[in-house]
Amino acid sequence: MRRGRADRRWEPRADAPGARVALVTLAAVGVAAGVVTAVFVAYDVAPGPAWSTIVHRTLLDARGLSETVRKAVPLLLAGIGLLLAFRARFWNIGAEGQILAGAVGAAAVALFAQVPPPWTIPTMFLAGGLAGAAWGAVPALLKARLGVNEIITTLMFNYIALFAVRWLINGPWKARSATGFSYSERFPIEAALPTIGTTRLHWPTLAIGLALVVVVAVLLARSRFGFEVEVLGRSPEAARYAGIDAGRVTLLLAAVAAGAAGLAGVGEVAGIHRRLVEPTQLSLGYGYAAILVALLARGRAIAVVPAALFLGFVFAAGDVMRVSLRLPSQLPDVVTGLVLLLVAASEPLTRGRWVRVAEASQADPCPPAGAGADPASPHATASGGG
Amino acid sequence: MDVDLLVVATVARALAFATPLLWAALGEVIAERSGVVNLGVEGMMALGAVTGFAVAFTTGDVWWGLAAAGAAGLAASSLHAFVAITLRADAYVSGLSLTMLGLGLSALVGRAWVGRPLPTPMRPVDVPLLSELPLVGPMLFQGQHLLTYAALVVAALAWVWMYRTRGGLVLRSVGENPAAVDAAGLPVRRVRYAAVLVGGLLAGIAGGYLSLAYRPSWGEGMVNGLGWIALALAIFSMWDPLRVVFAGLLFGACFTLAFRLQTVFPPELLTMLPYVFTVLALVFTAWRRGRHAFGAPEALGRPYLRGER
Repeated sequence: MRRGRADRRWEPRADAPGARVALVTLAAVGVAAGVVTAVFVAYDVAPGPAWSTIVHRTLLDARGLSETVRKAVPLLLAGIGLLLAFRARFWNIGAEGQILAGAVGAAAVALFAQVPPPWTIPTMFLAGGLAGAAWGAVPALLKARLGVNEIITTLMFNYIALFAVRWLINGPWKARSATGFSYSERFPIEAALPTIGTTRLHWPTLAIGLALVVVVAVLLARSRFGFEVEVLGRSPEAARYAGIDAGRVTLLLAAVAAGAAGLAGVGEVAGIHRRLVEPTQLSLGYGYAAILVALLARGRAIAVVPAALFLGFVFAAGDVMRVSLRLPSQLPDVVTGLVLLLVAASEPLTRGRWVRVAEASQADPCPPAGAGADPASPHATASGGG
Repeated sequence: MDVDLLVVATVARALAFATPLLWAALGEVIAERSGVVNLGVEGMMALGAVTGFAVAFTTGDVWWGLAAAGAAGLAASSLHAFVAITLRADAYVSGLSLTMLGLGLSALVGRAWVGRPLPTPMRPVDVPLLSELPLVGPMLFQGQHLLTYAALVVAALAWVWMYRTRGGLVLRSVGENPAAVDAAGLPVRRVRYAAVLVGGLLAGIAGGYLSLAYRPSWGEGMVNGLGWIALALAIFSMWDPLRVVFAGLLFGACFTLAFRLQTVFPPELLTMLPYVFTVLALVFTAWRRGRHAFGAPEALGRPYLRGER
């Protein structure tokens, strides 16, 4: 797309046509698949059988499918949260740390608060959600009150959470039996989430995630709050004229988003590990992949479900590659980064068209969402509007 | 005198610690001065570190390794430049994906090198004459790596270039008001490309310092957030190359002093400190300057399209 012709210009528009978005997204996924195939070749693995193994063990057999869905659960929760945060132009990339904060909150309840059985798990979800929300509210407050760049603070909070968890499991919360690897004591039985059959799919977390998606979809489409978010996302200027308190909305959305990530953390500790474990095993980068989930969904809450399932597949496929094909385990990171890059790169293609200058001078061009000059308030055209 | 020794040792250690931050932050300052944010610093550093190590390990020549590290950062940044400048895609998402891609790719290709020490690492050197100076000599000019001294020189040159030459004026103008530069007949996008590429080159060198000099080895967690801290440093120093040096030294000194508390604090809490300090530094910058980030390039993060207001 060279811009050399004097009689034509690129005309951005607010809404991208669905068919083009779908085509571009599929193309991005196709390129990523091509790169994975190249990795197979580079590691002397026959691509045909490798892909067949992956598809069988992630989608076609019951156990594999349950693993794909299980990995989609934290992505679903963190992803729907980030969708909200991005809509308010709050660039939260701290979902990873908020997942860890949620896990710590749940672990605190499971290990130390003697909550009677029917209430143990609800209390854990509550504590984890609140812990995640609090962890995310600090950067949001700093942004709202002082204009501190949230990209860097949320990211720093990821590292702080990581080392805090490591400190807990090596220090005050270390299990008596732990030698070598560090972890906390095992949770009591009433603090373990039920799973479907013999799989590791902890369905209560999945149910909460799906319910949250529906609630968010309804709220965004039907409520006054949804309207405020919509206006704020499209134009902070217009929002101010409409009397919308941008700081309050941003803070609320950021806290809810972080709380959702916290719930994801509860699911991981209570559904899978049943103890607080090494942070890089507790969350395998779900918080970062959730950014892609939110961007792939392009502002539509329901679209978070297929996006989370796709990335759940990527993570499950990463496991198959490591275990069955003996390939490096970093492939999910590469695929996530690559698809994110391709989606970002193709975003302008879906949102504009070439027009003749005569025609363009009539129309009022819609400025891209990147029109704010304040570096402390970055925002994504990829997620605004939608 | 004990106090003198402590100060000298602290500054010297701080400088060694700050070197990768200086290189990466200087690169980011140059890129952001042209109006393009690159959140891919962390990824570019990781790619630089692994490429530099692999080449130095294979050829046995650490300088080839350093060249390769810079080239890797440059190549990675060209991806960001194309996506953010030519395609005018969202620079934040593009940079973020570069970080994720860079971290993933470097871990993937670096698997063969994990846990192997570099047989021919970069050797520390003294600066002739300057190292003889009392106090300042041992603080700044003794026993550091060449890349440390070079970072100071590059910072000074960058400052002179940015504020005292026509080229620097053009760079800053592109970041402040690209339309005016365009109207003056100067190539906005070419300037932005150059700035982003230089930023990538310096980030690659920052990574090379880590894997060739600071800790001559390669491991997945090598960069460990230093790229993000460098981004914070660019903001903290108000996009001024000389302030980057002072801010970098301040950061380095704080970490070095904190590590003297090793007997009091558990190690996990000590490793947490750089990140806590970065947040505090950003809060301080924002608090001092009020809500509007003074000194930020006016057009930062905005793609340029001719004919648009």
